[in-house]
Amino acid sequence: MTLELKGIEKTVGEEVHIHPTDLTLEAGSFNILLGTTLSGKTTLMQLMAGLDRPTGGRLFVDGRDVTGMRVQDRNVSMVYQQFINYPNWSVFENIASPLRVAKVSESEIKARVGQMAELLKLSAMLDRRPSELSGGQQQRTAMARALVKDSGLLLLDEPLANLDFKLREELREELPKLFADRDCVVVYATTEPTEALLLGGKTATLHEGRVTQFGTTGDIYRTPKDVISAKVFSEPPINTATIRKHDGRITLGAVASWDPPAHLAAVPDGDYELGLRPHHISPVPGEGRDVKIAGEVLVTELSGSESTVHIRVGNETWVSLSHGIHAFNVGATAELYADMRHAYYFGADGALIAG
Amino acid sequence: MRKSWIVPTAYIAFLMLPIYWLVNMSFKTTNEILGGFSLYPKEFTLDNYVTIFTDPTWYMGYVNSLTYVGINTVLSVAVALPAAYAFSRYRFVGDKHLFFWLLTNRMAPPAVFALPFFQLYSAVGLFDTHIAVALSHTLFNIPLAVWILEGFMSGVPKELDETAYVDGHSFWGFFLKIFIPTIAAGIGVACFFCFMFSWVELLLAKTLTAVEAKPIAATMTRTASTSGYELGLLAAAGTLTIVPGAFVIYFVRNYIAKGFALGRV
Repeated sequence: MTLELKGIEKTVGEEVHIHPTDLTLEAGSFNILLGTTLSGKTTLMQLMAGLDRPTGGRLFVDGRDVTGMRVQDRNVSMVYQQFINYPNWSVFENIASPLRVAKVSESEIKARVGQMAELLKLSAMLDRRPSELSGGQQQRTAMARALVKDSGLLLLDEPLANLDFKLREELREELPKLFADRDCVVVYATTEPTEALLLGGKTATLHEGRVTQFGTTGDIYRTPKDVISAKVFSEPPINTATIRKHDGRITLGAVASWDPPAHLAAVPDGDYELGLRPHHISPVPGEGRDVKIAGEVLVTELSGSESTVHIRVGNETWVSLSHGIHAFNVGATAELYADMRHAYYFGADGALIAG
Repeated sequence: MRKSWIVPTAYIAFLMLPIYWLVNMSFKTTNEILGGFSLYPKEFTLDNYVTIFTDPTWYMGYVNSLTYVGINTVLSVAVALPAAYAFSRYRFVGDKHLFFWLLTNRMAPPAVFALPFFQLYSAVGLFDTHIAVALSHTLFNIPLAVWILEGFMSGVPKELDETAYVDGHSFWGFFLKIFIPTIAAGIGVACFFCFMFSWVELLLAKTLTAVEAKPIAATMTRTASTSGYELGLLAAAGTLTIVPGAFVIYFVRNYIAKGFALGRV
């Protein structure tokens, strides 16, 4: 099925939870909602599911208006961040729940639950109660229940967030396989840009109840439409600074200056906003990294084979993420080298100046 | 550390003393009770119990009490379930005030309501019926049950409700088949407190009944009869009055602990 949001909005009292949103999710597509906590991911999903009524706009499934339809009458599944299962039912009954309501025959229930349990490695624990399972198994049970019926819309609200990282990686690898031969629309909410990139598909970046950009995940990462989308889709956060184009040069205050890229040649002189991902800045100079930025070290984080260095330059903080161990003393002066070939330039309205 | 059992043992012994004395008396003859001090029955007798179980004026007291307590418990919890669900799941104008107002019903002593209830129930012909006592006790028990159940229900994430709707369950299907079993512990605790309150409440029960629905506690206040003071008989009746409470508490003891953990009991 195809899900279409036309001007869907949600306000509670004076507060706007979701600004008018237009979004078309194709049949068989994998869609990621990427945004920080409280950016409106869950609200948007509840509106899609029909658990919440939009205060404006219409929702279409295959061209049919379903805006006011009860969630029970729609064909949706949902998996939450918390492990939600019916505590008094066995794992088998939990998975069978949607089929029982749909009055599927006993033999078919057995077959389909068995098949689902096989797929999600739950076969050995069908007789147990959810509380007797590990966190990962509880979430698998919730997923099995969501997948056992052939729903047209499958909503996954940060399903891996409460799992420890090993289980998360394991389950994340299996996820795309589970949806591969289905024709349903999958919507997956996450706060982690890395997770979005690993899962692929399409991504909608969400910021304060607004979908800022929607498209193929890789494209959105490579060409953010505006500063906000770039900020949402960057971990650690993208570096931003005000720069000035003047006399054919770009200057970053009195700190550094460099030649503008070709696509910036035509824009008029003036102030612009620069965006540069942390991994394009390194404590060591190298190929293309020719713009030197020096400042006071605020924080250094060494994690195994990567170093994160935060420095203060004037009023701005710059973050560098680089391979290898680069230790600095807090308060010392560090010199970082930025590769401005990868920089994004945004106009006064925040929109990307295309290149 | 090794002597740490002394204090709790002494404390429990101290608490159990009056109960022991009651049970002790119930197996004595009235003459022995009045005759002197004895730590255990010298002439062990079951006559007191036999009298209670054979004389309708005695055993009907238990039947009456259990009847209105049963009606009251079922009524209170049945009414409190949907109310508590509303308080735990929905936000509406004045919800917090309404919740608090419910609790304030518990703040007035029952004596305040004795007269209006007596007049009201007499006027509508409910005087001296089980339902009258059961209804009057709901005034105190429904707020209590709502309060206890709301705590348990709020401990269940609302995502459980949503998952059930997504699966296709109707509201009542979800409520009866999934939600109620999930908060069974809370219902147990609520039932226990309704039972307990209704069982020990004497003033309203006595005021609203005469003969047909006379509770056991009222029967027990009849201390003297043609044969003088029947202390042994009264002690036996008292012992039997403790039994249902002890019985109920045995079944809900684990749930009560859970209720304490939720900060509601």
